[in-house]
Amino acid sequence: MGLPPYATLGQRIWYYSFRVICGLIFFFLVAPIVVVMPLSFNAQDFFTFTPEMLRLDPEGYSLKHYRDFFTNPQWQLALKNSLIIAPLATIISVSLGTLAAIGLSQSHVPFKGTIMAILISPMIVPLIISATGMFFFYAQLGNWLEGTLGLDKGFVGYVKVVLAHAVLGIPFVIITVTATLVGFDHSLTRAAANMGAGPVTTFFRVQMPLILPGVISGGLFAFITSFDEVVVVLFVGSASQKTLPWQMFIGLREQISPTILAVATILVVISIALLTTVELLRRRSERLRGLSPG
Amino acid sequence: MSDATMLAADGTPLKRSLARALRRQKLRALGLIAPLLIFVLITFIVPIASMLFRSVENQIVENTLPMTVEALADWDPNAGKTPSEAVYEALYFDMFLAAEAKRHTRLGTRLNYEQTGVSSLFRQSGRALDDIGKETQKPLEELNNAWKDGETWHGIFNATDNADTALLDLQRKRVAALTGSPASDEVNFAPDATLYNLLPKTTRAYTAWAVYTATQQGRDPATRDPWEAVATALALDLRTADLSAYSGPGADLLAEAQTADLPVPAMATAFADMDEDWAGATVWKTIQTHSSTYTSGYFLNAVDAQKTPDGVAWQPDDKQILLKLFGRTIWMSLLITFSCIALGYPIAWLLANLPMRQANLLLILVLLPFWTSLLVRTSAWKVMLQQQGVINDVLVWIGLVGDGDRLIMINNQFGTIVAMTHILLPFMILPMYSVMQTIPPSYLRAAKSLGATNWTAFWRVYFPQSVPGIGAGSILVFILSIGYYITPEIVGGTKGVFISNRIAYHISSSLNWGLAAALGTILLAAVLVLYWAYDKIVGIDNVKLG
Repeated sequence: MGLPPYATLGQRIWYYSFRVICGLIFFFLVAPIVVVMPLSFNAQDFFTFTPEMLRLDPEGYSLKHYRDFFTNPQWQLALKNSLIIAPLATIISVSLGTLAAIGLSQSHVPFKGTIMAILISPMIVPLIISATGMFFFYAQLGNWLEGTLGLDKGFVGYVKVVLAHAVLGIPFVIITVTATLVGFDHSLTRAAANMGAGPVTTFFRVQMPLILPGVISGGLFAFITSFDEVVVVLFVGSASQKTLPWQMFIGLREQISPTILAVATILVVISIALLTTVELLRRRSERLRGLSPG
Repeated sequence: MSDATMLAADGTPLKRSLARALRRQKLRALGLIAPLLIFVLITFIVPIASMLFRSVENQIVENTLPMTVEALADWDPNAGKTPSEAVYEALYFDMFLAAEAKRHTRLGTRLNYEQTGVSSLFRQSGRALDDIGKETQKPLEELNNAWKDGETWHGIFNATDNADTALLDLQRKRVAALTGSPASDEVNFAPDATLYNLLPKTTRAYTAWAVYTATQQGRDPATRDPWEAVATALALDLRTADLSAYSGPGADLLAEAQTADLPVPAMATAFADMDEDWAGATVWKTIQTHSSTYTSGYFLNAVDAQKTPDGVAWQPDDKQILLKLFGRTIWMSLLITFSCIALGYPIAWLLANLPMRQANLLLILVLLPFWTSLLVRTSAWKVMLQQQGVINDVLVWIGLVGDGDRLIMINNQFGTIVAMTHILLPFMILPMYSVMQTIPPSYLRAAKSLGATNWTAFWRVYFPQSVPGIGAGSILVFILSIGYYITPEIVGGTKGVFISNRIAYHISSSLNWGLAAALGTILLAAVLVLYWAYDKIVGIDNVKLG
């Protein structure tokens, strides 16, 4: 891919201009995310760099938007809700999804294609359509839970959002766990059974440790799906279940407050951490399978 | 004789033993899948099905005006005449109950989608209905004070031995359908079958009132004064009823009322006085056209057409926006897809041809936006594209644009296309990259050594092999973009929004849920067709994450 020494002038120009074009496209990909970070330390309520910031004057920077995020009750409610809803939804999708993925990886599964299509469908159907369908159905479900079972209104609100988010996360768990199971050596479970281990012991002591990287990255995908989801929660939830994305969406649509940039920066840091985790897990899983990590 | 069949260790024939083992294996697999399958069916598939159902369901007209719909069935809309007095009478009793339950406005809103003005007509009429009833209730109560007393009415119409339970059940169903909440509680009233024969309208009106009072308001009908509509029904019945043979409770009261010749309102005139629209045929045509339980009306509305008494017709010009919006959604999605191809192809090519270590490093730059919260990226674009935003500031600073005429890059199609291209670009790069990785670089070298120029070698050798990657990425990006909601909503203004924003508008603002469901169904069908194509070309199993 390097430039050969005999390259003509035209080839040289093309070679370097191609590099510049690629650089610009990478800049396009990363710039918006990078621009947000310094702006979140703005001492003013502006969405652009002030002259003080450009002079790198400490006066121009402050943590006040972060302070607002951590003290404002609206943002704190949103943060709390996100931290309640996303882990619960993740637990449901990971536990049910892992079981089903193991079932799907067996050699003789009747109607495998249909079942797979149904389980993947939450990822295929556009969110706005899922949200519309859920809006109609979950309202009735909520009324039934409140009316017939006499459950508390706030609790039912959380149940609806958690169920909705859990089902949105399931395809990701199914895809990642099935992918890990492709490399799983089934003679290991037979060996365990041969030595007297029951199905439960075999699962937890033999199979689970080997597919754990896939399960964890599936779980991370499910978590980020719920943590970042706004359309369904807008339609299914009520104001007391508003999550961080909800609060950001409202803030962006009505009047944009610089606190959003502070939240955005925090979320970018979280996603970098998650990205690193998934990448490390992928390499570990490939190493375990004897593939080169590249 | 068993020496021909092979036996398993426990003595059963091997074939059967194997079949049993296979069956057990299948059952175990299904048992593992079943919890999730049931979960997805209930929390996802059923809601989608309920949306499909909503897009054709139209019970509201029949539920709110059951007797009117029945009476109106025989009316010929093209004869140029208004319906008969019986229809107006049915409308009066239907509307009265609906107005008490505050449901007539909902029907007004529903029919307003089809014909503007019906909403206010229904609201007004609901308020004016009481006056019609008062015209008969007052003389009746002046005639004999006993009519003011709820117990008198209950005493007359409550059955002692031969109750008409069919009528009671019918009214329970009617109230339940109207209010949407069950009407099965104890009523403390059963209509008398004899009186139902003699005074059908009154008995029916009184039963409806009793069911509503008992089940929806939790009050005892025995002690309460019925609605004006019951008095009106009585006046109507007494005009023709033959009470000479009746000797049950309240016989003398009824006889007295019959001889008094109570004033009976002419319903057609009364409704025409309320609003002259009732005297025209248009509103009746609308009710009759849209009275069926299932309707294609919402789907017709979704493509800018409407159902009229004379068949399907286009909406008036000023209401034709949806087809344009569908067109714009497809057009903008195509633009976004092409921008993604243009920007993604060089990147994928670079990644596929660099040494592994450098490629992995650059890949992180692609994956970072992929993993960053959608709202973070959208808010970043809002910050960048604003008139007082970063890009305009830079352009002014460089001197490309004057401070006075900063570019308008947000709340229009440009903003939507830029932001969505950025958001969807990783979905284009990743499939392209994985396809290009499999193209051996020696092919290009071979082409060049055979005398091809750089361009010919690329265009005739490399590009055709990378087409599957372009196809996969394009379908993925296109599918994702036609269903996008958040980004167009925030950076699209009014000119840059998609059909999904219209769905959200109908769900949360205009409350025209049927139309929202129909639009959603059309969009879903489009997406499923595209996915089917995607599956044929790439295979769903090849979907890779990160």
